[in-house]
Amino acid sequence: MFKENLKMSWMNVMNNKMRSALTILGIVIGVSSIIALITIGKSSMNEMTSEFELFGADKISIQVLGTPLKQGLVESDIEKLQEIENVAGVSPTLSGNTTVVASGAEKTNVLVQGKNDVYFSKSKDLVEAGRGINQLDIESENKVSLIGSAIAKEMFFGQDPIGKEIIIGGVSYQIIGTLKESNDFSGSSTNDSVIIPYTTSMGLLGTGYVSSVDVYMKNATNSEKITEDIEAALSEAFYDKKEAFTVMNMQDMLSSINKITNMLSFMLGGIGSIALFVGGIGIMNMMLVSVTERTAEIGLRKALGAEPKRIQQQFLLEAVFLSLIGGILGFFGGVLVAYVVCLIMGTSLILTASTVFLALGFSAVIGIVFGIAPARKASKLHPIDALRSV
Amino acid sequence: MQDNILSMSSITKAYRMGNEEQIVLKQIDLQVRKGDFLAVLGPSGSGKSTLMNIIGCLDSPSSGNYMLSNQQINELNEKELAAIRNKEIGFVFQQFQLLPRLSALQNVELPLVYAGINEKERKQKATEMLSRVGLEDKIQNRPNQLSGGQQQRVAIARAMVTEPTILLADEPTGALDQKTGQQIMELFQQINREGKTIVMITHDREIAKTANRIVHILDGQLREEAAYV
Ligand SMILES: Nc1ncnc2c1ncn2[C@@H]1O[C@H](COP(=O)(O)OP(=O)(O)OP(=O)(O)O)[C@@H](O)[C@H]1O
Ligand SMILES: [Mg+2]
Repeated sequence: MFKENLKMSWMNVMNNKMRSALTILGIVIGVSSIIALITIGKSSMNEMTSEFELFGADKISIQVLGTPLKQGLVESDIEKLQEIENVAGVSPTLSGNTTVVASGAEKTNVLVQGKNDVYFSKSKDLVEAGRGINQLDIESENKVSLIGSAIAKEMFFGQDPIGKEIIIGGVSYQIIGTLKESNDFSGSSTNDSVIIPYTTSMGLLGTGYVSSVDVYMKNATNSEKITEDIEAALSEAFYDKKEAFTVMNMQDMLSSINKITNMLSFMLGGIGSIALFVGGIGIMNMMLVSVTERTAEIGLRKALGAEPKRIQQQFLLEAVFLSLIGGILGFFGGVLVAYVVCLIMGTSLILTASTVFLALGFSAVIGIVFGIAPARKASKLHPIDALRSV
Repeated sequence: MQDNILSMSSITKAYRMGNEEQIVLKQIDLQVRKGDFLAVLGPSGSGKSTLMNIIGCLDSPSSGNYMLSNQQINELNEKELAAIRNKEIGFVFQQFQLLPRLSALQNVELPLVYAGINEKERKQKATEMLSRVGLEDKIQNRPNQLSGGQQQRVAIARAMVTEPTILLADEPTGALDQKTGQQIMELFQQINREGKTIVMITHDREIAKTANRIVHILDGQLREEAAYV
């Protein structure tokens, strides 16, 4: 019974190819814009999120502005941070710009960063070749360095820089490793910088104050407690001057990014929904025309014994077919658009099963919602009025 | 009273046009027995089609009582009426009323679809019926690939395929030339000889003569032409 109706409805859709195609255009545009926007949104947000995760989800960043009396954190403050419960390690950063000389070439204004062993053990994929800074380098204030990929290319073109000398701020350092090329997105590119032990950098940069510290958590689940503890320790270090420092929890940042993502998705979804609504009205209009046109057919079917329910089902199925075809075409259209956009943006396309269901589900629902009125109208036609209309 | 498959008493149909009421059928009494070939003869506007629509359960009378196959038609709902139309009545229309996109076979299958009969049995019954009306070599043709007479034969096959109690025909030859019309009437006579009850509506006296019983309708009133015994 249902099968027969499916067949008949499908035939009717196919018999009017041109008209069906024009009718579903609205749905195609609506669905494809929703799918494209959602897919592009998801893909780019995924890219951003993974960037941030690379930056460190288990990390709490501290930026210190300091007070006139105390311009940054000192060693004892850092040791106190280390002692906070559930802290896996603390990585302070000292930075400054200076001139470096290597292989007889000179490069001015190079970013020199003082880091410790925690930084290298916590951030994997940092070292391209050689080794990172270890505890011994920190304790002995060794004059060793790692150089960024751009510097390696520029100053040691065609040679292996490891083991070679580099003059940083007039002092000779041994190169123990090179840094992996990083992309610019996170804003923490190390390509043009040189990293030396943080203890060594205090002498080089002539300061004992650390202005940036990353605290690594043992696990990110109790980040709130750790953040509180850190804030307490810093308050103590700066005599309750809260404006002297900011503590940034990556977890919080991620969740606020997610909030923005969701909001954006809702907005984009809203725009698409309007298109879908218009598409649905298109289907309703076409179905109403179809019912009027086929009044005689409906009357005949009733004379041959079709129950009102069957007539209703047949027309409803036609509407659902129309909008489902629109949904499927729209899905592929949307994915195609998203693919091209992602290609241009250089992000990878994220396609989830829920997107597919969204497209199909949405269009099926539209078919039903906008098909029901014409289908009911068809089923309620009086058989003689219908037959007379020939 | 015995063997009456159709029984109408005091059937009235009135149409209201604004505040003026037009009575199209006036207190009609009609009995049809199994095996009758009845012609309802009357001029245009006399109420023939109105009567046929009521007999065919496509329309309901304003008042009166209508029994078909021992069922009280007045009290049925749309769904039950659909079942009656499907099982008890086979319609043949003046304009054939075939669905243009379906083949002859599919057109004949249609009432069986609504009867809930499976595809295999449907095809078999429809093919059989089409060969009974002499169209065994045209079953795949669409209506526009058939002559008028052939189209009416398809329509008759469609009306007969559910083995209805009554074959109900409204001006079945009205859209055909005289010769083809005669052939269709011969087919009706043959079907009637095989035992089928037929009610045919016409304004043509010659056509009516092929039936074995004629009732005249004039201004909404029925009159038996010869004594009906
Ligand atoms: N829906 C309706 N509303 C109002 N009046 C109607 C309606 N249907 C039929 N009538 C009227 O009822 C009368 C009988 O109509 P009917 O169609 O039964 O005539 P008929 O005998 O079949 O005529 P014909 O031979 O021309 O087909 C006509 O006067 C017609 O105007
Ligand atoms: Mg008529």
